Amino acid sequence: MTTSVEPTCCSCCVVKDEPVPAAVEQKAGTPRMSRMSRLVLAAASLALGLLFVLPLWHIGLKAPQYPEGLGLYIAINRIEGAAPQDLNSINGLNHYIGMKVISPDDIPELRYMPVLVMGLIAAGLGVAALGRRRLLYGWISLLAIGMVLGLADFYRWGYQYGHDLDPEAIIKIPGMSYQPPLLGGKALLNFYATSWPASGGWILIAVFVAVAAIAVREHRVASK
Amino acid sequence: MSAAVSQSRQAFAVAALIAALAGTAGCGKGSGPAVASSDAASKVYVAPGKYDDFYAFLSGGFSGQVSVYGLPSGRLLRVIPVFSQDPEKGWGYSEQTKPMLNTSYGFIPWDDAHHPQLSQTDGVPDGRWLFINGNNTPRVARLDLAEMDTKEILEIPNGAGNHASPFVTQNTEYAVSATRFSVPTPQKDVPISTYKENFTGQLTFISVDKTTGRMSVAFQISMPGYDYDLSHAGKGPSHGWSFFTSYNTEQANTLLERNASQNDKDFVAAVHWQEAEKCVAAGKAKVQPAKYAHNWTDEAGIAHSEMLTSTKVLAVKDCPGLVYFLPTPKSPHGVDVDPTGEYIVAGGKLATVIPVHSFTKMLAAIQNQKFDGEREGIPILKYEEVIAGEVQNPGLGPLHTEFDGQGYAYTSMFISSEIVKWSLKDFKVVDRIPVYYSIGHLMIPGGDSRKPFGKYVIALNKITKDRYLPTGPELAQSAQLIDITGAKMQVLLDFPTIGEPHYAQALPAATIKDKQVRTYAIADNKDPNGVKSEKETKVRRDGKAVHIYMTAIRSHFVPDNVEGVQLGDTVYFHVTNLEQDWDVPHGFAVTGARNSELLVMPGQTRTVTWVPDRVGVFPFYCTDFCSALHQEMQGYIRVSPAGTKIQLTSNSPQ
Repeated sequence: MTTSVEPTCCSCCVVKDEPVPAAVEQKAGTPRMSRMSRLVLAAASLALGLLFVLPLWHIGLKAPQYPEGLGLYIAINRIEGAAPQDLNSINGLNHYIGMKVISPDDIPELRYMPVLVMGLIAAGLGVAALGRRRLLYGWISLLAIGMVLGLADFYRWGYQYGHDLDPEAIIKIPGMSYQPPLLGGKALLNFYATSWPASGGWILIAVFVAVAAIAVREHRVASK
Repeated sequence: MSAAVSQSRQAFAVAALIAALAGTAGCGKGSGPAVASSDAASKVYVAPGKYDDFYAFLSGGFSGQVSVYGLPSGRLLRVIPVFSQDPEKGWGYSEQTKPMLNTSYGFIPWDDAHHPQLSQTDGVPDGRWLFINGNNTPRVARLDLAEMDTKEILEIPNGAGNHASPFVTQNTEYAVSATRFSVPTPQKDVPISTYKENFTGQLTFISVDKTTGRMSVAFQISMPGYDYDLSHAGKGPSHGWSFFTSYNTEQANTLLERNASQNDKDFVAAVHWQEAEKCVAAGKAKVQPAKYAHNWTDEAGIAHSEMLTSTKVLAVKDCPGLVYFLPTPKSPHGVDVDPTGEYIVAGGKLATVIPVHSFTKMLAAIQNQKFDGEREGIPILKYEEVIAGEVQNPGLGPLHTEFDGQGYAYTSMFISSEIVKWSLKDFKVVDRIPVYYSIGHLMIPGGDSRKPFGKYVIALNKITKDRYLPTGPELAQSAQLIDITGAKMQVLLDFPTIGEPHYAQALPAATIKDKQVRTYAIADNKDPNGVKSEKETKVRRDGKAVHIYMTAIRSHFVPDNVEGVQLGDTVYFHVTNLEQDWDVPHGFAVTGARNSELLVMPGQTRTVTWVPDRVGVFPFYCTDFCSALHQEMQGYIRVSPAGTKIQLTSNSPQ
């Protein structure tokens, strides 16, 4: 792992590697992951539990009148203001452009995602216990798919809120939509919106990188 | 004051001496009125968007209010309404605030606010509350420093001219009040010429609850009929005592200007309030009937008023060891205790020296009974037994002294219009600086506490004459910011004030900056007439009273159309500001309202009463520019003739 010079684009490895493990398993006769890999996987799975507490994503809004900024934190189970009243304030401002009220109750993902994450944790711990390489590849694939789908879903909600505007909105600017950026910053009228992973998001990325790294390592060991 | 001067040849002699001194020593003086030196600007420049180092609270004098300034910039940050109605803020006009101005004389829309005083813990300003006295209809107010809002006003029974107030004790055990004008107590119909027989003074100790700040009259001490002028509490070793100046020990009831200026010495009354507590606990105070109002604002932001009916009065003769008189020249104004608690400095308006009493010597004199007679049962201590020293040739008309915590005292000189700095070691003058003009009090941040913050002294001037662009016959009063960090005092800045700044207090901004309340949580709105969402808005008729439960949020009122009001109705607009965003108040005004606008803070409910006097359709609107669509934030109320068939309706969602 430490001296790896191979590209670490893990999704490709995972896809490429799919058929390989069985062969490796047969060849090497040792289908088991190393002790360290199993520990890393278990720890990474448990780390996903932090996503119940820490937010995945942060959307920030700054304007001349809001020098301290407004912000939203998106977690797997809730959406909340960066400060207690920020969600209220953002909804209050959005009424000028005719955006629908952002109400966490209207977003079913906030109910599904905790179940999915629980499943991932359980599965991860199971794989670590069993120590089967093929299951490890499966788990990291699921995580990758989940992350990509999550990001796509986030984009979809952003698109929907940004484009589904009241035709009688107070402020109407032809051609203007108010979709926040998927990643990075963007000017929206007097506001500058930013969108970046929050602490939970970085943990998720770290989990992915760590598990992908052990998957690559296991694959290397298996192919030798 | 000029008449006072002509009374005193001695004073003239000193004036001549001062002039001579100034002529030799005052190099900066010859070139006309002091202009701040070139580096002064950088010392008061607070860049746009940057914060000042200190909050300063200045009394609004006859405006009845408290003003909040930033130092060193001298920028006015806020005027907090206290004793006077303030239509700008709806203070004393909205139904929720009207009870705050209730007194035993009825609703009083004005007072003369004199001495702000920060609450203290261990003799240091703690940033919790600010107290201030109303001089005319005797009252003491308590302001909360997180909301910068008046929370409580207590009328003082048996009072008249509440001037020596509120000067708190070291841990804010008490705020005090004293009668500047002695009166018959309890009030009765007697010839004014019977002053000596019938008039008394009262020193009142107001207990302050440690947690809530709630005030109540703990006890009153009945005193000889003098004029009690100012006060400060002891601290450190002198904790447990409070000191009050008195003048008119001649007990004149007419032309006091002359008749109360005859005695060479009047008194500082040293009051051992810890002794008073014991006497009160032992049942030595007499419960007397009295009538006085106690007004407070509850957690819901709604003011209440109750009328209290009795007070405990302690006679000096019933509590030996309670009060001693320190002879003090002459008609003293301020009495100020240095940070160590040892020196008690009096500002004798007509005195030619500044007398400095020693607390240690005072205790010894009491112990050894070094008395020089007594007045109405109060022992008079021998002057030479209590005096630590006299500041010689200080100037003319010493009024008030504050301390820098570095061993120096600063005394304001009304007549010679200057501040004099002198050493507490040898009582010698070390520096003086002219002020423009006729300084009353002065203030060093924390300068009356155990730990002065120092850095500046502020001159609080009564007269400005030619200092600013003239504005007709009435000119501003002013404050002058003076740097005291160097050996020589240096004028940095002049700024005009709200009303007359009698006294002021200041503390480092960090003490209270971060605990400022930004909004009130709408979920916690406990106003019985408040609503928590637009869905809850409604109109209701109750006989001839019409209640409109209305919300305001950018940029609309709900409801904004109301019909079915009749002539003869009284309409109550209960406006709840649904905003939960910092600095987004909404205003509310309706045509022909004979009171004021409302200014409603986020999460708050305020009620204004409107009695229409003609038929028609009348607009109401938001008065505080709140948003891009502020001009659209308006509505109509229709008034029909009495007895109309039109039902009371609105466009509330209900």
